[in-house]
Amino acid sequence: MLFEPSESQALVQETARSYAQRTLVKLATRLDREARFPAAQLKELADLGLMGVNVSEALGGAQAGAVAYALATMEIAQGCASTSVTMAVNNMVAETLVNFGTAAQAQKYVPEITSGRFEAASFGLSESHCGSDAAALRTVARRDGSGWVLNGSKQWITSGDHAGVIIVWARTETAGAAAKGISCFLVEAGAKGLGIGRHEDKMGLRASSTVSLSFEDLRLSEDAMLGAPGQGFAIAMAALDGGRIGIASQAVGIGSAALQAALRYARDRKAFGKPIGDFQALRFMLADVDTELAAARLLTLRAAALKEAGQPFTREGSMAKLFASEKANRACDVAVQVHGGYGYIDEFPVERHYRDARVTTVYEGTSEIQRVVIARDLLR
Amino acid sequence: MQIDLTDEQRLLQDTCRDFAARELTPNAKRWDREHKFPQEAVKKAFELGLGGVAVPEEFGGAGMDNVSYALAIEEISRGCASVGVTLSVNNSLYCDPLVKYGTAEQKERFLKPFARGEKLGCFGLTEPQAGSDAAEQRTVATRKGDVYVVNGTKNWITNGPVADAMVVFTMTDLSKGTKGITAFVVETAAPGFLRQKADEKLGICASPSCTIFFENLEIPASQRLGQEGDGFKIAMGTLDGGRIGIAAQAIGIGRAAFEEARDYSKVRQTFGVPIAQHQAIQFMLADMATELDAARLLTLRAASMKDRGVRHSRESAMAKLYASEAANRVADKALQIHGGMGYSKELDIERHFRDARITEIYEGTSEIQRIVISSALLK
Repeated sequence: MLFEPSESQALVQETARSYAQRTLVKLATRLDREARFPAAQLKELADLGLMGVNVSEALGGAQAGAVAYALATMEIAQGCASTSVTMAVNNMVAETLVNFGTAAQAQKYVPEITSGRFEAASFGLSESHCGSDAAALRTVARRDGSGWVLNGSKQWITSGDHAGVIIVWARTETAGAAAKGISCFLVEAGAKGLGIGRHEDKMGLRASSTVSLSFEDLRLSEDAMLGAPGQGFAIAMAALDGGRIGIASQAVGIGSAALQAALRYARDRKAFGKPIGDFQALRFMLADVDTELAAARLLTLRAAALKEAGQPFTREGSMAKLFASEKANRACDVAVQVHGGYGYIDEFPVERHYRDARVTTVYEGTSEIQRVVIARDLLR
Repeated sequence: MQIDLTDEQRLLQDTCRDFAARELTPNAKRWDREHKFPQEAVKKAFELGLGGVAVPEEFGGAGMDNVSYALAIEEISRGCASVGVTLSVNNSLYCDPLVKYGTAEQKERFLKPFARGEKLGCFGLTEPQAGSDAAEQRTVATRKGDVYVVNGTKNWITNGPVADAMVVFTMTDLSKGTKGITAFVVETAAPGFLRQKADEKLGICASPSCTIFFENLEIPASQRLGQEGDGFKIAMGTLDGGRIGIAAQAIGIGRAAFEEARDYSKVRQTFGVPIAQHQAIQFMLADMATELDAARLLTLRAASMKDRGVRHSRESAMAKLYASEAANRVADKALQIHGGMGYSKELDIERHFRDARITEIYEGTSEIQRIVISSALLK
């Protein structure tokens, strides 16, 4: 029997669905308009176990696995895409700490994330001059006695101003191979030398916070390093493999919300004496969207199931992210078209879905980066 | 959530892949060019149990599931799309309704030898004026005592020129519309079953199809499938399964085109490097592989639902719609990657390109699939 969630996976999905439909759907438009960080809702999600879905119970997680995580993210994103990306980054940071941190590091930070005592956690990889080409980063960590001194800046950091802990990628070797000289550090909120820069005014995901960060002679103790010296790039790539499942799930959720809105509208709105949902031109657009979202969901769950089984899933994760993000955009475009003028104003949710979907083909690896990853694997 | 195949499914997949590489791939171009029905190869496929993959063993089948069936059709179609559709019709369109609706006596005579692969079946639904609009049946069956006398025309009948029996749809009561449609199973050797010459087609040239006239064809009432008026329901339910077969066929064709393009891109050089090093080619290959995987997941999901006995009309339609359109995009890009060589009959690519085209048309056009899907969405 293929592709059916287990009972425990279905339970997590149902928990997320019920919270999203009961609470987030109603709030999402206002959160978006006011560009308000949903701190209270994030805490409630933590209480439901959704800030560490694939993290052990010992560290406060739900220990429900990668498939349950994907299913939950799809549901939360259907309610509010901004909330879902904050949740996705928290989960990604928590998992990265579990996978690459020492027991002490995991004990120190992960329960703070999973319990919601930290409002959020952040992933500090991108810089102003390097996104897709992460190996070109310039933030530097210089040896200083037994510790390190961090200098540089980061950009597009989701939740950076709300994070209790930030994983920061920095160059520890300035000579030699670009990727091999990168290491990972854990920077705590309020650290001396940590500057919170500009809040980005974004087209979509307006209720998620995106900031730049600066590090000015920020001192880190020896135990602030995550993983081994030079392991940073590998950690980033591994984290992004999992992160892409999160973004693919988010995209499926946004696309599904747009489809549901379009179906509601198509039943209600009349033209030429009948509901517009009776016209074949609209029905066929909706059939294509339904089909593409179903395929996106299956690609995403396949990648998650491979991850859960401990099998390689880099290619499959990229396929899921590439396909789901592009089809979510198509879904939102169709939903706006079905709504006509009402799709262009903020009285209906589809213009928000349309804006929210757009970033999914860009962040955590653009569509072009996904194609590079897939092609490299195909042509090995 | 289970996504892995079982050992049994994997074994069948491997067996079919080996068979296709050995018996089909090396010959498919010649069969296509000569418009030759590869009787020997089909017979060998039947010997592997591919006559009735999902037909229970007690009725002569392999007793496997529909996921296995979809995997088998993909592998066979990877080698030769014509053989793929030959098998798909026998499995999905002929054997399946007999499993579901056949009486014990009908199963003995009309199912067992076909599921065992000793005989070949076909499916007579389409008529000159009734393709997508299958309810417009004009073949009339009139009851006379213990027999029905049938007159009318069926066309585009895959396997028609070579089949031993047909599941056929007729009107027993023109006044009742779809409720007046009745299904039968009949031997093609029966008097009044008149086969016309084989169709000349763009692709799947080694799969013979033809028009068939019924001239006072007498079918015993004992060969009626289900009750009078059940025909439309039988046809639609059968096509829900058939679409899984065609989706799998489309994926097999797409995979052939993709794999040949991938291999070609590694050896063909332009501007001093293999074309696989150009990002434009890499990105085409990445999209092709992604779409084929999406198509396969949709197809296996529909097959898995059929195995569980849950309604899968929408999911089969999604699989068929997406897989057929993806296969055409993939074949188109594969031809582009091959450049002029893709247009030459020296290679297999132009055949894949032609073979793929039919998958958007038969067993329900893409437009019919969209009607099925949107009806489920907007009910």
